[in-house]
Amino acid sequence: METVKSVDLSINNKKLKNIGFSGLQKLFKQSIVLIALFLLWEIAPRIGLVDEAFFPRFLNVLIAWWEMVKSGELFAHFSASITRSIFGFGLALLIAIPLGLLIGWYPLARDLLNPVLELFRNTAPLALLPVFMLFLGIDETSKISIILFACTWPILLNTIAAVGSVDPLLIKSARSMNISSFKLFYKVILPASVPTMFTGIRMAGSSAILILIAAEMVGAKEGLGYLITYSQYNFMIPEMYAGILTISVLGLFINYGLLSLEKRLSRWKQDPTL
Amino acid sequence: MTTVEKIRFERVTKSFAVRDANKKGVSNEYTAVQDLSFTVREGEFITLVGPSGCGKSTLLDLTGGLTTPTRGRILIDGKEIAGPGLDRGIVFQQYALFPWKTARGNIEFGLEAKGIPKREWKEKANYYLNLVGLSQFADRYPHELSGGMKQRIAIARSLAFNPDVLLMDEPYAALDAQTRESLQSELLRIWKQTKKTIIFITHSIDEAIYLGERVVVLTGGPGQVKEIVDVPLKSRDADVRSHPDFVKIRQKVWNLLHEPEYIGANI
Ligand SMILES: Nc1ncnc2c1ncn2[C@@H]1O[C@H](COP(=O)(O)OP(=O)(O)OP(=O)(O)O)[C@@H](O)[C@H]1O
Ligand SMILES: [Mg+2]
Repeated sequence: METVKSVDLSINNKKLKNIGFSGLQKLFKQSIVLIALFLLWEIAPRIGLVDEAFFPRFLNVLIAWWEMVKSGELFAHFSASITRSIFGFGLALLIAIPLGLLIGWYPLARDLLNPVLELFRNTAPLALLPVFMLFLGIDETSKISIILFACTWPILLNTIAAVGSVDPLLIKSARSMNISSFKLFYKVILPASVPTMFTGIRMAGSSAILILIAAEMVGAKEGLGYLITYSQYNFMIPEMYAGILTISVLGLFINYGLLSLEKRLSRWKQDPTL
Repeated sequence: MTTVEKIRFERVTKSFAVRDANKKGVSNEYTAVQDLSFTVREGEFITLVGPSGCGKSTLLDLTGGLTTPTRGRILIDGKEIAGPGLDRGIVFQQYALFPWKTARGNIEFGLEAKGIPKREWKEKANYYLNLVGLSQFADRYPHELSGGMKQRIAIARSLAFNPDVLLMDEPYAALDAQTRESLQSELLRIWKQTKKTIIFITHSIDEAIYLGERVVVLTGGPGQVKEIVDVPLKSRDADVRSHPDFVKIRQKVWNLLHEPEYIGANI
């Protein structure tokens, strides 16, 4: 038992070392341009290439960011924003996926509803923001609702399309094994739909952030969008940039999270880059 | 050889509604197979040849219970087919493996459908993976397998839930000659070992004669049985193909398939 363990460990170590080296190389490749960009950001205001009043040095932005982290201010805004987007996005997932599967499964429902859904999808959610605020005020409900609204359409439409485009041969193959309609749905239609469904989910993820920030800029008392507009009004320019950076990082994390979830769920798909 | 009757096609006709090209919104009836009758014995290996579009796949769908005949009926063990069932296993021309399942997962799909307890899956899947020579590829996804491997997994999947009847639609059409030949002898071996009734569709006259105990020659438009040719070959070694008897049968089937043109040329 012991020896087996030690052998295992040594293999792991070797692996780790390999990953460590190539990992470093990769990290370097991925971060070099980013570092150069931040350097430029630092230098440009210093040498007077841009007006430092409007475009503070990168270090000053970082300092402002760190001050806000320390005071807990940033976390308050951040958690307000993330709570709203998670609620809106999560509700959209809970509503749009089952609904999309259902509509996709019944061709009549699909044909009847598709024009309406297309219309809704092509209505810019931000155009409806005043309507939402009119009805729901400027508290959490209106913001969560508009994110929910914006996220629903891409998920719904892609889920419907996914179900409709499952290879009929696979359905035939499953039916030839005499499985029930429920099992057919759950074991064939659902997994076959995952990749197309995820296209919609990722679209929804990026629009969730966009809509969230816009909604917070227009009417909110906290949140990252509010932080940005508030800092701008009060001419706290480094704080404003710190808020923008935080949003970028948030968007990055959400996209990365969705991407890795997608990778896990559609491991079986051929890598198109191969 | 047993002479118990396994499958009986009784004046089977299948028509489809098709759109009229000239008049919009009007649909015509297109008859794919008409009054088709023949029987398959239990444990028999029967092959079907015929021109493209003569209704071979249609016939297979009907036998699989995926569609119902417009007229006539198909009996299995004396009972009319009521729908799909695990007494019949279909190997589709385009493999039809589930891309999100590994080779093993695909085989287990059939086992689950059959209601075999989960603890037996692994052993059964291993057995059939081994039978088609793909034990090392158990955990590969279909896109990581070659065409011939996918075909073998599809065959293993159909064999695994142990159907009495195996229905195969041009399963080897997309393979290179070498893979095809090895899969042909593999199939013969499996057939002898399991004593299943096999209906095998092919475009290749050679394949039909090499594999089949009888060859059903169909004519097109609408599909009907032209003739059923007996294949009284003793051996099925690879070199049987150059045997005089084999050549004679091949000539016969070829003539049957080309007869209308043959007659036309003599007028
Ligand atoms: N669902 C359908 N609707 C309308 N026509 C159909 C349908 N399925 C098949 N047909 C027609 O029935 C005829 C027989 O088709 P089938 O697929 O059985 O031919 P086949 O003998 O298998 O041909 P091939 O050798 O090319 O595979 C064809 O003319 C085809 O156009
Ligand atoms: Mg066909």
